[in-house]
Amino acid sequence: MTTTITPPETRGPAAAPVSNSLTAGKLPNGASWMVLGGSVLVSAGLFGVIAFSGAEFNWVGTFVVAALVYVVTITLLSRIVEGSRRATDRFVTALVTGAFLLAMIPLISLSITVVTFGLNRFDAEFFSYSMRNVTGEGGGALHAIVGTVLMTGTAALISIPIGLMTSIYLVEYGRGRLARGITFLVDVMTGIPSIVAGLFAYALFAIFWGPGTRTGIAGAVALAVLMIPVVVRSSEEMLRLVPVELREAAYALGVPKWLTIVKVVLPTSIAGITTGIMLAIARVIGETAPLLIAAGFTNSMNYDMTEGRMQSLPVFVYTQYANQGNPPEAYLDRAWAAALTLILIVMVLNLVARLVARFFAPKYGR
Amino acid sequence: MSKRIEVRDLNVYYGKFLAVEGVSLEIEPRSVTAFIGPSGCGKSTFLRTLNRMHEVIPGARVEGEVLIDGNNLYDPEVDPVLVRRQVGMVFQRPNPFPTMSIKENVLAGVKLNNKRISKSDADDLVESSLQGANLWNEVKDRLDRPGSGLSGGQQQRLCIARAIAVSPEVILMDEPCSALDPISTLAIEDLIEELKQEYTIVIVTHNMQQASRVSDKTAFFNIAGTGKPGKLIEYDETTTIFSNPSEKATEDYVSGRFG
Repeated sequence: MTTTITPPETRGPAAAPVSNSLTAGKLPNGASWMVLGGSVLVSAGLFGVIAFSGAEFNWVGTFVVAALVYVVTITLLSRIVEGSRRATDRFVTALVTGAFLLAMIPLISLSITVVTFGLNRFDAEFFSYSMRNVTGEGGGALHAIVGTVLMTGTAALISIPIGLMTSIYLVEYGRGRLARGITFLVDVMTGIPSIVAGLFAYALFAIFWGPGTRTGIAGAVALAVLMIPVVVRSSEEMLRLVPVELREAAYALGVPKWLTIVKVVLPTSIAGITTGIMLAIARVIGETAPLLIAAGFTNSMNYDMTEGRMQSLPVFVYTQYANQGNPPEAYLDRAWAAALTLILIVMVLNLVARLVARFFAPKYGR
Repeated sequence: MSKRIEVRDLNVYYGKFLAVEGVSLEIEPRSVTAFIGPSGCGKSTFLRTLNRMHEVIPGARVEGEVLIDGNNLYDPEVDPVLVRRQVGMVFQRPNPFPTMSIKENVLAGVKLNNKRISKSDADDLVESSLQGANLWNEVKDRLDRPGSGLSGGQQQRLCIARAIAVSPEVILMDEPCSALDPISTLAIEDLIEELKQEYTIVIVTHNMQQASRVSDKTAFFNIAGTGKPGKLIEYDETTTIFSNPSEKATEDYVSGRFG
């Protein structure tokens, strides 16, 4: 029995590989990381040699030279392999990333410094004692925390209604000269130096209670003067983002204008407005100069906004640093701890703003 | 539930600019009237004067009379808010309130006006309005989900449900299907056919087939040139407008030989 094996059909000659006119040279994936590693090695080697001859190893120099080497190398490599368009892309990417890292340096350095020094006195006593009759070690910043909360809270109570209503007027009602005038004045107010706001509040309350009075309410007014323009500006932007269609939809249902504003426009923009207000609070809570003038400083607790001087955290930091006693470390540690507390408060405010924005934002889920 | 609209010598201005000139027409109750015409000829502007919505734009004003069952909308003592409660409107782009659920959107006309409504009445109103807008079966299981999560066509029907929930006499529709696909458009057109039983409907459209499909009467607006006012050229039975119009301009426009 013979089996016949049919030979496989011969195909035509293999098609010549068609060259794709859309291809372009490309550096391998991860090339930029390899170049970066190489640059750091080269730079470190260079400074290692210098350090070998006796000088100290220069970390800053190493990174600066490595960054320069990286930018030049990656641009040249990319230009040779990938062409000029991608080379420009890589060049700009390197510059932008570099700028970002540069901007991060002070932030990280500041955080680390404040946390390291601040933790020395970040204890229960710090949050439960004032500085009354404290010389030297011990004591705390409770009076300053209370003062900051009271004054910033009052400033917010004053400026949120005024600011929000001003922005509603500007967006919903304002026409012509009056609205333009208000916008201009708000812009001017944004640029007021904070010390001038403090002087204004001091002078205002000096009229009623005589010169030399420093009270919490005066501090709150000074902060409100600084806060109002920020609130107006940010809420105005947010209100303008609400589509006209939504207002028209409400009008077409026979809803009066004021109810449309209260029930449609404000709820739609509440997330953005809240964020803006929180940022405004965060901006004024760290003000030192106006409070130094308007509210003064004290070592004692004071819950009364209308009577007597009131301490606040930034002023506490300043006084602890400016009037160091014996031992000076105790004063410096308290200043750092107060700075840390202030930063934490601002951080919590920002987190709250984020959460509010997330919970109140219009939902688009299916 | 439906009213007759009568317009006499209506001029609409934006500031000093005369946008629509000398419109007079009568719209019968329980009918569908379509406004057609090229862009910028003042159809939408004119439509918005029928419930005083044009006043939302600063500087807009009107000369002439619009009578709804004999009541002049432009009487100095008339409250535009009360007018809009009787003359509802559906817009070109679906605009459900993004902060509200489907149910709250339907109830918006009640809730936004601070009116109290019992829960059972509210549920009935939501169901009947959504039934009326042919949307009930699609959304009855997710009434508490955001209205902005629906598809474009569903959103537009939600807006119609919202408009009929306040039981208006007249419903104005400003190009309600221009942002929708053909299937959603068909759904809305069927809906218009049903709504006609109870409401007076005025619809602006760029789609001539749509005008001929849904409307009983058609008004053709035209504009002589940029910067000139829009005018009502011809107003007649839809069949007449599309088959045997008396004006040359109308014939050119409906047959696509415009310009």
